Amino acid sequence: MASILVYAELNEGKVATTSLELMAKARELGDVYAVALGSGAKAAAAVLGKHGAKAVHVNEDAAFDDYIAEPATEALASLHEKEKPDLILFGFTSDSREVAGRLAARLGSGLISNASDVVAKDGGFVAKVPYFGGAKVASMKANGKPAIVLIRPKSFEVSEKGGSAEIKQLDVVLADGSKRAHITERVVEASEKVKLEEARVVISGGRGMGGPQNFPLLEDLASALGGAVGASRAVVDAGWVPYSMQVGQTGKSVRPGVYIAVGISGAMQHTVGMKTSKVIIAINKDAEAPIMKMADLGVVGDALKIVPALTAAVKAKKNG
Amino acid sequence: MKIVVTVKQVPDPNSNLTLEGDNTISREKEVVLDPGDECGVEEGLQLKEAHGGEVILLSMGPERAKDAIRKGLSMGADRGVLVTDAELVGADALLTARVLAAAIKQEGPDLVICATESYDGSTGMVPPMLAEMLGFPQLTFAKKVEVDGSTVKVHRQTADGYQVVEASTPALITVTAAIAEPRYASLKGIMAARSKEIKQVTTADLGVEKGEPAESIESVVDAETRKAGEVIEDDGNAVEKIVQVLAAAKVL
Ligand SMILES: Cc1cc2nc3c(=O)[nH]c(=O)nc-3n(C[C@H](O)[C@H](O)[C@H](O)COP(=O)(O)OP(=O)(O)OC[C@H]3O[C@@H](n4cnc5c(N)ncnc54)[C@H](O)[C@@H]3O)c2cc1C
Ligand SMILES: Nc1ncnc2c1ncn2[C@@H]1O[C@H](COP(=O)(O)O)[C@@H](O)[C@H]1O
Repeated sequence: MASILVYAELNEGKVATTSLELMAKARELGDVYAVALGSGAKAAAAVLGKHGAKAVHVNEDAAFDDYIAEPATEALASLHEKEKPDLILFGFTSDSREVAGRLAARLGSGLISNASDVVAKDGGFVAKVPYFGGAKVASMKANGKPAIVLIRPKSFEVSEKGGSAEIKQLDVVLADGSKRAHITERVVEASEKVKLEEARVVISGGRGMGGPQNFPLLEDLASALGGAVGASRAVVDAGWVPYSMQVGQTGKSVRPGVYIAVGISGAMQHTVGMKTSKVIIAINKDAEAPIMKMADLGVVGDALKIVPALTAAVKAKKNG
Repeated sequence: MKIVVTVKQVPDPNSNLTLEGDNTISREKEVVLDPGDECGVEEGLQLKEAHGGEVILLSMGPERAKDAIRKGLSMGADRGVLVTDAELVGADALLTARVLAAAIKQEGPDLVICATESYDGSTGMVPPMLAEMLGFPQLTFAKKVEVDGSTVKVHRQTADGYQVVEASTPALITVTAAIAEPRYASLKGIMAARSKEIKQVTTADLGVEKGEPAESIESVVDAETRKAGEVIEDDGNAVEKIVQVLAAAKVL
């Protein structure tokens, strides 16, 4: 059986959803164990056990929370030395990316980034990587051992599988030399009511919304549906809304029950972040916009008229 | 302060990309300085203007990548280094980082500036690999950079806001598009750039052995596309139709 190590990312002590998605995949590939670093690691181990980890290597040193990448790289390098996993899985998130990059350089092994799937093949691993703005999918074989693969969030469904993990203390000496890029302050700018990645309904606005002054129309619809508001990069770059709302290749990946694209043309860099949504509805003035070719329902019309009317209709239906 | 900005030449985002037979992205079309790296050049120039020093542009690519370097020189950077070698065609992130790290070591900068990810590769892996190979701390996803003596401080973009991150130089930073609006090259800048040095080096000059590729492409296929559904004109019934779809999807 291949041995698979999942790097469990902790956010304020909680296992990131992306890491649980990786657990679901890892179980298909071999014997799974995980590593959790920083405060909350032990509690996280219990959660990881429920998701199929046989063992979880933990270390609760605060340095893992407070310094970028280097302490985690040290810990992983020493764990690799001991366990020699065949495959190490990371989420394709800012924090994991940096650790994976440093680790690959340290071990001199290859790495496959931005993958949407990974399968075992001929004793090794092949990852599927969307590229070329998402128009093509390449199958890439990792030639090194360990294979290191970074997987886009929302590529797999989270599922529990009972069980409990053995907790193993991972002892690692963190020299001062690895405590360098120091996080001295954390500032929260956007307090989302419903998290974009977890919402059942996502309503995203693009340049067709005409300006930031019209985004409250989307907020109204979102609150009527209990959903969250996202955006295209064009409007994030224009400063209409914060980056935290961006959906797509360089933003968030979402997979809601319903995705409503409002005034978004449907560039591949956008659709790569939402095309696995169960149902897609597009509202666009232009019947030829690329988004219309992938929507389950495309409505040709003026977003500024349709959205408020839709909000009213949703409210009426809920109350009636 | 000595600053190295890594710059990559990429297919023009405004033109359609095509693939070569070997599945590398065609660079025969219009190519430009990566828009992300343009922001890196701008940030380097602003730091130089505030603290003095030198801005060196480093690229790995075919000879024509000199154009991308020249673009940055016309914005005001001081000189360029291009690593070019037939061996490097199709280099993966690890090899790219090894090559760039070797070239950076020859310069011994206080600061290395990269973009968070390249426009065409988009793996975002070269910068952390570089930082590791150079033995530098990495300050990443910066939307703001401040330098005070030997301390670098950045505002690091996060999903819901930002973190303040500090380290001592030498250090590597990656910048987002929010960092600074790249300046236009002036006519004077374009003229001046013509006589600025672009040093061309090979892997042998840097003492880098190519080695085995860390990953190989097995196949490339078109991405699965969703089938188009129903497209309707908004003739007054559109809202009702959307409500039906929402109800069928059980979100209403
Ligand atoms: C490396 C790279 C990474 C990228 N990453 C991302 C990413 O993560 N996410 C992302 O979104 N983009 C990304 N992009 C940008 C992407 O290529 C597109 O430029 C962007 O998605 C376009 O945004 P848009 O659809 O809002 O704007 P546009 O393309 O300008 O489309 C606006 C649409 O609104 C419609 N419209 C206008 N008025 C109305 C109206 N009144 N009612 C209804 N419809 C109307 C128009 O018909 C049009 O279809 C990336 C690009 C690059 C190069
Ligand atoms: N061939 C290259 N030459 C110079 N810089 C590069 C090269 N490849 C990557 N980089 C730098 O690393 C950043 C991230 O690239 P990538 O890891 O390919 O997404 C780029 O924006 C550049 O700053």
